[in-house]
Amino acid sequence: MAPQLPRTAQPSARSRLLRPARRLWRRLISMRTALVLLFLLALAAVPGSLLPQRPLNPPKVQAYIASHGAWGRFLDRIGAFDVFGSVWFSAVYLLLFASLIGCLIPRIAVYVRALRARPLKAPRHLDRLAEHATLGTGLAPDEAGMRISRTLRPRWRTEVRAEDSGAVAVSAEKGYSREAGNLLFHVSLLAALVLIAAGRLLSYEGSIVVTEGSGFCNRPISYDTFSAGRLVQAGRLADFCIDRLEQFRASYRDDGTPAQFQARVSYSEGLDGTSRPHVIEVNHPLRLEGDRVYLLNHGYSPTVTITRPGRTPVTDTEPFLPEDDLLTSEGAFKLPGRDGTSDDDLGLSAIFAPTAVITGGVVSSISPVANAPVLAVLAYTGELNPGGQPQSVYSLDAKQIAAGKLKQVAAQNLGLGESMRLPDGTVVRFDGYRQWANLQVSHDPSQTALLVAAVLMVLGLLGSLAVRRRRLWVRIAPPVPGARSVVSVGGLARNDSGNFTAEFTALVAQLSAALDAGPPVAPAAAPVGSAAGSAADKIGAGRD
Amino acid sequence: MAINAGLASLSESLWTAATGTYMLAVVAYTGEYAFGKNGRIARTSTDRTAQASGVRQPALVGSSEATGGIADRLDGMADQPDLASQPRFGAGTVEPAGDAGRRWGRAAVGFTVLAALFHLASVAIRGIAVDRVPWGNMYEFTLVVGLMATVAWLATLVKMPQLRYLGLFVMMPVLLVMFLAGTLYTKASKLVPALQSYWLAIHVSSVAVAEGILLTSAAITTMYLVRARFERHAAAGTAPARFAALGSRLPAAAALDKAAYRTVAFAFPIYTAGVIFGAIWAEAAWGRYWGWDPKETWAFIAWVIYAMYLHARATAGWKGNRAAYINLLGFGAMTFNFFVVNIVISGLHSYAGLS
Repeated sequence: MAPQLPRTAQPSARSRLLRPARRLWRRLISMRTALVLLFLLALAAVPGSLLPQRPLNPPKVQAYIASHGAWGRFLDRIGAFDVFGSVWFSAVYLLLFASLIGCLIPRIAVYVRALRARPLKAPRHLDRLAEHATLGTGLAPDEAGMRISRTLRPRWRTEVRAEDSGAVAVSAEKGYSREAGNLLFHVSLLAALVLIAAGRLLSYEGSIVVTEGSGFCNRPISYDTFSAGRLVQAGRLADFCIDRLEQFRASYRDDGTPAQFQARVSYSEGLDGTSRPHVIEVNHPLRLEGDRVYLLNHGYSPTVTITRPGRTPVTDTEPFLPEDDLLTSEGAFKLPGRDGTSDDDLGLSAIFAPTAVITGGVVSSISPVANAPVLAVLAYTGELNPGGQPQSVYSLDAKQIAAGKLKQVAAQNLGLGESMRLPDGTVVRFDGYRQWANLQVSHDPSQTALLVAAVLMVLGLLGSLAVRRRRLWVRIAPPVPGARSVVSVGGLARNDSGNFTAEFTALVAQLSAALDAGPPVAPAAAPVGSAAGSAADKIGAGRD
Repeated sequence: MAINAGLASLSESLWTAATGTYMLAVVAYTGEYAFGKNGRIARTSTDRTAQASGVRQPALVGSSEATGGIADRLDGMADQPDLASQPRFGAGTVEPAGDAGRRWGRAAVGFTVLAALFHLASVAIRGIAVDRVPWGNMYEFTLVVGLMATVAWLATLVKMPQLRYLGLFVMMPVLLVMFLAGTLYTKASKLVPALQSYWLAIHVSSVAVAEGILLTSAAITTMYLVRARFERHAAAGTAPARFAALGSRLPAAAALDKAAYRTVAFAFPIYTAGVIFGAIWAEAAWGRYWGWDPKETWAFIAWVIYAMYLHARATAGWKGNRAAYINLLGFGAMTFNFFVVNIVISGLHSYAGLS
């Protein structure tokens, strides 16, 4: 964003109508507007971190709205629970985007022109510049000019001009890559924003809880939760399957903190690919063509066998949700009754503790390792799901229990292999457990290009903040018979003066050596005193 | 490999030693500030030394190089004129340094170097004790940021020894950081699987370096604001009130402004890279490079504010004070991200180790 923008020509009378629009546009692309927009962008992001956000945690949002009444509903209406998808947040960054484009285009044009332009003519009075020195040379002005130009050329762009007075002036300039870095940063930033937007449209993410022994294929319906960008064709996801979660392994240290999680899977790519093994770990996803499979969470899936009198025994394994770090987990088993009945369903609401302690009748776990697993079962009979609506697989419907349509008939803590008998003669046996892993499949085709844009942004930043723009002029006066020509040198720091004084002193020494002239004469502006003292003075002053 | 309890407790003893030595350094810097050439006592005796002003001791610059020893060398160079080319209102710039002040200053640098060694040893031994990078929780991260600040200060002293008399304003914050680390103390432990990644070394260290430098920039900016107000008073010929009076002994506002800018310009690309490293790690750990987790959101906010600062400094009407406040605002956002987001707001970055 340019501090000063090149003024375009005044609109003609014909385009008088366009004038307010132009004025508005010019104001939009001004640096002041950009500053205000940047501030608004930072400010608008704040509620996104302080209020619960729907894309991250929908239940928390519901709880917040419920407990804050009208205020909560108001916040919901203005989009405060989805700040980064809200109209006002988008408005700010789109305006910033427009402002940036409007600023960059003229600036690129200016830069291209500057690249082709020759270094500026030397000002008449070099001794009026902040940095200047005087040398002498016995060489002819032309030769001296050539030598100076040659000395500077590796890093400076130079131009030797013969002046009317017979003097030869060398103009030199360096630091062109500063603006190049600046432009590179901003263009890469624009590219990054476009790629992020494209990524949002083309990416998808599916999450699934898989118990050891089972698997899934990459189809939207396979997943427990699936979200996709607008341009994702749900029927044409990449063809791959996690054929089986062979084994999940969690290892812990002596103090109970987790040391390692590993999900051993077999997977196949393509429609009839061969099955291959892979170990997915936290921080080490399975990377397939375009898709990545992550290990996000884990837990236990207890197994029970339910034998209802006169019916085939049913063995069921259900994933339980961890309630704490020690994997005390909650879940449910649901067994529909005979068809056509409305009170024959059997539901087990249960707590699984891998290493159980029972205090005051409450089961909890003291270790995430399954050393002494206990399944605490509350058995219910009645109607599990009257409407046939989708409901949580981790719990029985609390409304049905409250309405008395599901009645608790028994409660017992079961160790491994133990069983309980319900009043109707049903036997529930705790057979054992398996482990489950929560796997997430992510797809974002833009992210590699985005990484490239991000790297270019950093490179651009380095260029625009580290490179310094300098101008240097040297004038070799026409030779006077019998005396050495006077060579005057002047330097200008176009930005970030830094220790330009030291830089200039070194340059003058270099030029002096190139001219094979004597040592530099002390700068005329230096106070009367020892040369060493004034040099130290200058160096000290320049070092900031 | 288990945690080495002996080394862990040695690391804690070294923290105590470092904190104690920092305290001694603060005392010595205070001594220099009071008795040194820029100090109150020197200032009040300007009359006596007025006739001596203008008498330079060029020999000091050369001879101190020859005698060697960092404190000596720093001391000799400290007699060079200030970094500020502008006149220093009220300060006795060129009078010969008071011997007492010089002794205090030398002791202060000695204590700082010693404390930094204890500090470094404490961090390194903690890393050996737990067999991983020593910045896995808030206690360790705070220690590393404090160490970065001290190292940055010592590096500044080597380049600009004339700034030594400002040591008090750098060592006080470092001492506070040490105490803060003490309150955030977490038992030496291994990392949970989520943190077992080489990105921990890359992402966290780059952010710690950037934050250490930005802390320095915020300190310089605060000095700038005090000094700028002092200079306004001096220009108007009015007596500076309260805080502004402190400005008499600070470097010129223009020099402080430039120093604040250059520290941000140095830290900003590092910070940007640190955020990008975080995004790369997030992609490997959570399946997305950016998810507006509270930590990410505040990293974004701080980044935008520092970007504003860099732009503001190039915009008429925003230079100077306004830009300085933006710099402080950026530091505020970063501090908020470290303390409030880590401790109060729950998110994916909840690794404080506090519960």
